[in-house]
Amino acid sequence: MNAIFLAMPSAISQGVLWGIMVLGIFITYKILDIADLTVDGSFALGGCVCAMLIVQNGWNPWLALLMAAVAGMLAGAVTGILHTVFEIPAILAGILTQISLWSVNLKIMGQSNVPLLNSDTIFTGLVNAMGLKQSNAALIIGIVIAIILIVVLYWFFGTELGSALRATGNNIDMIRALGVNTKVMKVLALMLSNALVGLSGGLVCQSQKYADINMGTGAIVIGLAAIVIGDVLFGRLRSFGSKLTSAVLGSVVYFIIRAIVLQLGMDANYMKLLSAIIVALALSVPVVVQKVKAKKAYSAEGGAK
Amino acid sequence: MLQITNVEKTFNKGTINEKKALQNLNLTMNEGDFITVIGGNGAGKSTMLNMIAGVYPIDAGTITLDGVNISRWPEHKVAKYIGRVFQDPMRGTAAGMEIEENLALAYRRGKSRTLKWGVTSAEKELYHEKLKVLGLGLEDRMTSKVGLLSGGQRQALTLLMATLQQPKLLLLDEHTAALDPKTAKTVLELTEKIVEENHLTALMVTHNMKDAIRLGNRLIMMHEGHIIYDVAGEEKKNLQVADLLKKFEEASGGEFANDRMMLS
Ligand SMILES: Nc1ncnc2c1ncn2[C@@H]1O[C@H](COP(=O)(O)OP(=O)(O)O)[C@@H](O)[C@H]1O
Ligand SMILES: [Mg+2]
Repeated sequence: MNAIFLAMPSAISQGVLWGIMVLGIFITYKILDIADLTVDGSFALGGCVCAMLIVQNGWNPWLALLMAAVAGMLAGAVTGILHTVFEIPAILAGILTQISLWSVNLKIMGQSNVPLLNSDTIFTGLVNAMGLKQSNAALIIGIVIAIILIVVLYWFFGTELGSALRATGNNIDMIRALGVNTKVMKVLALMLSNALVGLSGGLVCQSQKYADINMGTGAIVIGLAAIVIGDVLFGRLRSFGSKLTSAVLGSVVYFIIRAIVLQLGMDANYMKLLSAIIVALALSVPVVVQKVKAKKAYSAEGGAK
Repeated sequence: MLQITNVEKTFNKGTINEKKALQNLNLTMNEGDFITVIGGNGAGKSTMLNMIAGVYPIDAGTITLDGVNISRWPEHKVAKYIGRVFQDPMRGTAAGMEIEENLALAYRRGKSRTLKWGVTSAEKELYHEKLKVLGLGLEDRMTSKVGLLSGGQRQALTLLMATLQQPKLLLLDEHTAALDPKTAKTVLELTEKIVEENHLTALMVTHNMKDAIRLGNRLIMMHEGHIIYDVAGEEKKNLQVADLLKKFEEASGGEFANDRMMLS
């Protein structure tokens, strides 16, 4: 029991840092209604870019983080262009970018794993100044970044441009007839989304002090699971701000569950299976409920009984 | 103001599903014309409206609007000049967004979308006034999601949205066909009122011949992708449904009995 409690601070901080990625997935999956598989690649890309800039080029960790976001944004642009200009289905466009990013990431790092060793991270200052543990510093900085991003996203989706983007996900025929270039909107959303994913990859890289070629594998499923958990727990909250917040909280709950099952002795390798099951259940339950209802409502006698 | 010259459109060219939807289509619309469009199923009425609006590129011919050649413009670019209401009430509004958000999106038709706030309070007052005119009580529900409205309410809202920014041309494609008769009547009355008050130039497809005769200053009949009858002024006012039937039968060789055009 004690071990589980000890694992919590690190689980929660991980949840918040990965929560930034979930905000990105929220934009494509919930607002644009696209399952964007670029994420696995752009998350690792963010981590790799961040690690190399810090270790090899001695960059300021904040600037390295910014570049992680820019790199993710470019990856999103590639998927967006494949999807809109060349009309490749969104899922396939995302897979293509994701697969090619694996090679790109390996090329960037030159090896499959780059440790940050004793390089400074964005957390170092807080650790030194306040004598905090790394995971607590990560939690504090993570929460501040998450709050800033939620506020910025809330503002953005209330603007003319943000409203047009929401409308693109809601009724694409309508918003096109109202003069919006929906291709541009989709590319924009994919860029914004993957910028957040890359940023999150950079944050996770700095908090775990290494980047790994496989650090993004299954990220999309983790993100979807987090969104689903957020929906289940906080779905009653209707405002846009609370939806964004519940995406991050869903991520925190996901990593808490993960820490608990791992502490209970489950093999870490089953975690991906568990995530996939959570997502599959969440997507299938409403369908099954609907079918059962329809079956119950059916009567062989017809309407005349 | 709208000039359609020798426009052709074939769908699925070179396949067994090849379909000549428009051929040798010519039409000149004058400023302030309110033209009703009739014709059998598959005559090309919707395709004509879609071609004007730039939904698909035309294969041949030219379309100019106020002297500007818009033949190859994409839909979002033509949209600056055109207001549209579709047959399907679901198509013209965003169900997951609020009434005022929908209106604000429409208010910016053809304008670039900036980082300014999406709905200003001055606009809200304008929307309140405009919604009141519809007489459906929507002005008191401006922050309700559009998905909660009925088909007729959504269609009335779409009509308002299409004309909020004065369009050079209003395209209505059987926009009352999916509604029950009473609601259809209300929406049609609103259409008349809005077209008249704003002096709009409009093309309205309808399958109701009486409406086609009663509304507007000009009537055209389409068959097999082009216009076979074009009548205006006194001659149009004096038309009878029977005259239209006769015209139609002459053109189509008596397929009329199968058609869903309403005579009532
Ligand atoms: N997007 C499309 N793809 C293929 N065929 C189409 C398409 N749109 C219309 N058509 C065909 O073009 C013809 C004209 O259709 P339409 O303009 O919808 O007729 P109307 O509105 O007069 O009933 C029909 O035969 C229809 O099947
Ligand atoms: Mg039609």
